[in-house]
Amino acid sequence: MSEPVKNTLLFVLVGGLILLTGFMQSWNSAVLILNMGLISAIMAIGVNLQWGFAGLFNVGVMGFVALGGLAVVLISTTPTPGAWSAGGFGIVLALLLGAATVTAAVMIAQKMSKGRARTISLIAVLVLGFFVFRAVMDPNVAAVEAINPAAAGNIGGLSLPVLLAWPAGGLLAAGAAWLIGKTALGLRSDYLAIATLGIAEIIIAVLKNEDWLARGVKNVIGLPRPVPYEIDLQNDPGFVESAASLGLDPVTASTLYVKLGYSVLFLVVLLVLLWMAQMALKSPWGRMMRAIRDNEVAAEAMGKDVTRRHLQIFVLGSAICGIAGAMMTTLDGQLTPGTYQPLRFTFLIWVMVIVGGSGNNFGAVLGAMLIWFLWVQVEPIGLWLMQVITAGMPDGSALRAHLIDSAAHMRLLTMGVVLLLVLRFSPRGLIPER
Amino acid sequence: MDFLNAFVALSNFVLVPAIAYGSQLALGALGVTLIYGILRFSNFAHGDTMAFGAMIAVLATWWLQSIGVGLGPLPTALLALPIAILGCMLLVLITDRLVYRFYREQKAKPVILVIVSMGVMFITNGLVRFVIGPDDQNFADGERFLISARDFKEMTGLEEGLAIKTTQGITVVVAVIAVALLFWFLNKTRTGKSMRAYSDNEDLALLSGINPERVVMYTWLIVAALATTAGVLYGLDKSFKPFVYFQLLLPIFASAIVGGLGNPLGAIAGGFIIAFSEVTITYAWKKVLTYLAPETLEPSGLVQLLSTDYKFAVSFVILLIVLLFKPTGLFKGKAV
Repeated sequence: MSEPVKNTLLFVLVGGLILLTGFMQSWNSAVLILNMGLISAIMAIGVNLQWGFAGLFNVGVMGFVALGGLAVVLISTTPTPGAWSAGGFGIVLALLLGAATVTAAVMIAQKMSKGRARTISLIAVLVLGFFVFRAVMDPNVAAVEAINPAAAGNIGGLSLPVLLAWPAGGLLAAGAAWLIGKTALGLRSDYLAIATLGIAEIIIAVLKNEDWLARGVKNVIGLPRPVPYEIDLQNDPGFVESAASLGLDPVTASTLYVKLGYSVLFLVVLLVLLWMAQMALKSPWGRMMRAIRDNEVAAEAMGKDVTRRHLQIFVLGSAICGIAGAMMTTLDGQLTPGTYQPLRFTFLIWVMVIVGGSGNNFGAVLGAMLIWFLWVQVEPIGLWLMQVITAGMPDGSALRAHLIDSAAHMRLLTMGVVLLLVLRFSPRGLIPER
Repeated sequence: MDFLNAFVALSNFVLVPAIAYGSQLALGALGVTLIYGILRFSNFAHGDTMAFGAMIAVLATWWLQSIGVGLGPLPTALLALPIAILGCMLLVLITDRLVYRFYREQKAKPVILVIVSMGVMFITNGLVRFVIGPDDQNFADGERFLISARDFKEMTGLEEGLAIKTTQGITVVVAVIAVALLFWFLNKTRTGKSMRAYSDNEDLALLSGINPERVVMYTWLIVAALATTAGVLYGLDKSFKPFVYFQLLLPIFASAIVGGLGNPLGAIAGGFIIAFSEVTITYAWKKVLTYLAPETLEPSGLVQLLSTDYKFAVSFVILLIVLLFKPTGLFKGKAV
């Protein structure tokens, strides 16, 4: 079987699995799997860019995804009345002061010669800057958070169209990635992993605790949507009529319509990004990246600036994760910092890339769709399996109850097994790099 | 008097908790650093190995409690610890045989092993959640305090109380014993010496007839014992929750790297550095300063540098500083 035929068959298989969900369970859950699968595919393209093209080990995907979500709040919600005059500008001033402190510290570290004088002035600048920052920041934060804390208490957004938040999420993630890359790239691969793991936790901590930014764990709900609301569709006689002509009741038809609307939007973004990634892979730039990945020393000897190229691709890949994060928050209609977990948002994406085939964009997309399907469906399958296994046990047995309760945790187990099996028996993934 | 009060308040809220936390981190970091030194990869599954060991300890404690065996004032978990260590050793030996050995024979790149350890992490995490569930489990029993705040006040007549939890005392004692045993093993026994030789220079060690599989096996056994001890102590001191162990991964790695990856002494120092910085930076200093400063200068706010929610940020920033200025860590670690 030739290469393209095999790959097409793999994609058809995943499509078939989703269709099967539609026939066996409900079309609603099938489209839900499709939507999150598309978003996961975009995240996987981002990670594949970093790992597959350049060999960068980024385990901070969760942080960039969350930053994308933050962008949705900052771009699309309405500004809280009075928040900017009460403390918004003060907060911006404080943040600028903080940035100035860090810049000054970096300048000192670079310009002054090594020695005690440098250490002392470095510490002095940092300590002084920190206290000035806190002195300006704290009262302004308190002022903003005091405004109607039950419903707002944050500075709100710019009330721009929500679709603008997607590129903005990418920019925000790119900015963060640039900062991280500037400090952590050029270190060994394990160190980059630990550094990104840490930065992701910090981003989540900031989102959870800085209530003035996006209400922290109080969550922002009811974000604007790029697609119509179900209730409006149900009240639209034209829509009800066309739904009836398809043999659907208006409620089901409207939910499907909305979800499919999202699917189309996501598919467009995915195709654009996939096309761009594919072009990048084929271009001289992509070949250079792979050359750097395969032999850094040789690439450097050929005059390639390895650190700069790494920074470039790290920023690009993180930006793609940010875009996906913004899309996900738009789909959810809410930003809930408490739900970001590294196993789900970092390591699962890694499983997708490895299983699909690192270094191959189509592989990443396929892996994402397949693994997302498994992630969703393992739970009902596990429950069914447990019921079969425990069928022989007496009713009311504690072990039986425990086994059936624990079926939900089969997911992590399955993902680990899938990852290890692929790494062992097909380390290049389902669609290997060409 | 004010000075004494300030010192007692400082001990109560900063020194004692930081020493206990530092011991737990040090034990965890020792495991990471040993794996790095001998098997040459960063083991992402370490946090979940700790959780697995602690889980067996929790189950064994419940079993011991149900048959009425206990240690009186000491927590029953200490009796359960050897059982848990054996269980955890079994787990790591099985994972090594089924998973890691294949890649060792292939001489796979370290980063591949890191990804493999991610898979192991998923499986161990899933196993723990499968057996004991994702919720909080309390398994500490026995006396709660060595010294309670009230007793201390009565004893000394000071305004401030000093409370030392039994679990904090046990943490330090057990950690000291574990570290002493480890260093005795590494420095005095034949196997320990061959482990150090293997870590220093693999080829030379192989030439002098050291059996690598044996070294690797002993490493895993020691790592399992250390991880279980760290996990049980942390669970006793705080509480057992599978997800928390995953989050400990960051401070543990920070400790190991700050000290110098591959260097056991560095791991211990790193653990205490991280613990003390986390606690001092997130502690509200108002109480201590009120005693020390003259009345006119009394602080109005809490004098807390960072909220406790940012404790990860502290270990992270220290990690970054060390990586930028001294990439091999404070003690000389491996620079690959």
